[in-house]
Amino acid sequence: MIYVIPAIIAIVLISALRKKLPVYELFIEGAGDGMKIVAGIFPPLVAVLTAAYMLRASGTFDLIVSLLSPIKNIIPAEVLPLALIRPVSGSGAIGILSEILNTHGADSMIGRLASVIMGSTETTFYCLCVYFAKTRVKHNLKAVPFAAVGDIVGILTAAILIKLVNI
Amino acid sequence: MNYIWCGMIVVSIIVSVFTGTVSETVNGAFEGAKSAVFTILSFAGVMCFWTGLLRVAEKSGLSEKVEKLLKPVIRLLFPRAGEEAKKYISMNMTANLLGMGNAATPMGIKAMQSLDRENKRPEYASDDMCMLVVLNTTSLQLIPTTIIALRVAAGSSDPFSVVLPIWISSLCAVIAAVTCAKLFFGRKRL
Repeated sequence: MIYVIPAIIAIVLISALRKKLPVYELFIEGAGDGMKIVAGIFPPLVAVLTAAYMLRASGTFDLIVSLLSPIKNIIPAEVLPLALIRPVSGSGAIGILSEILNTHGADSMIGRLASVIMGSTETTFYCLCVYFAKTRVKHNLKAVPFAAVGDIVGILTAAILIKLVNI
Repeated sequence: MNYIWCGMIVVSIIVSVFTGTVSETVNGAFEGAKSAVFTILSFAGVMCFWTGLLRVAEKSGLSEKVEKLLKPVIRLLFPRAGEEAKKYISMNMTANLLGMGNAATPMGIKAMQSLDRENKRPEYASDDMCMLVVLNTTSLQLIPTTIIALRVAAGSSDPFSVVLPIWISSLCAVIAAVTCAKLFFGRKRL
C-alpha cells in the first residue's frame, strides 16, 4: 500500500509531462476546484458537528449506544450514527465521520471501521432523488431494495474486514 | 436533513436537562463549531492536492483509458441501452471511479435522460435506469479523497491504511447489489 499512492502520483505526472501538458497550471486549476468543494462542505460541517458534539455532551450518544447494544457484537454502536445518516446526507456523514475520528482517534479500530463504512456506502436516497428528478419516471422505488442491499453488504463487509481480519 | 438536524439538537437539550449537563451541552455546540474550523483547515490542503492531481490525470488521458476498460462491463450491465446512453454511462462511471463527484452527477443525469427517452413505459423506471442508479449508490472509488483528507485532519499516522478495505468492501457491495438487480430483472423477462 505504501507504494501504490506515490506510484499513482508519479505515473499521472510523468504521463502528463510526456503529453507536454501545462501540468503545474492544471494542478492549480484543479486545486481551485477543490477549494470550492471545501467551501461548500464547511457550512454543513459546522451545523452537523455542533449537533453531534451536543449529542455527545448531553449524554444522548451514550443513551443511544446502550439502547442499541444488542447489535454491538457485529457493528460497534459508536459507528451506528454514521451508518444511519449516510444514506440521507453526504455532508452530514462527513461531519459525523470527522467527529468519530476526532473522538476515538483516526487509527483506532472504530476510526478505521467508520472510514471504511464511509467509503463503501453512498448517499443512496439523495442519489435516487437527483437521478430520477429530470426523467418522466414516477415510480422509482424499484431501485431502492438493490441500493439498500449494496449499503448493507458494504457495512457488513467493512465490519468483518476491520474487526475479524484486521486489515 | 431538516428534521434530523433539529431533532439532534432538541433531543440533546431535553436529555441534558435530565442528566444535568446543560452547560456542558451548550459548550458542546461551541466545541463542535470550533472543531469544524480545525477539521476544514487541515482537510482543505489534502483535498485540494487530490483535486489538483485529478485534473492533471483527467487531461493526460487517464479518463479515456478507464472508459475503454469499462466498455465490456457496460455492455454486460446495460444490454438494451442506446449508444448515446452508453457513452454517458461510461463517463459517469469513470468520474465516479476517479472520484470526480462533481463531474459524475451531471453525466449520470444526462445518461438517465437518454435512458428516459428510450423507455417504453415512461411512468415506470426501466431496468437500465435502475441499474445505473444502483451503480451510483454503491459507487466504487479508486482514491477515496474525502476520507483520506478527513483522516489527515484527525491526525492519522497512516491515512491510507483504509484504502484496501474500502476497495474490498465497496467491491462486495457493488457485486451484491448488481447481482441482485440482474437476477431480479432477468427473472422478470422470462
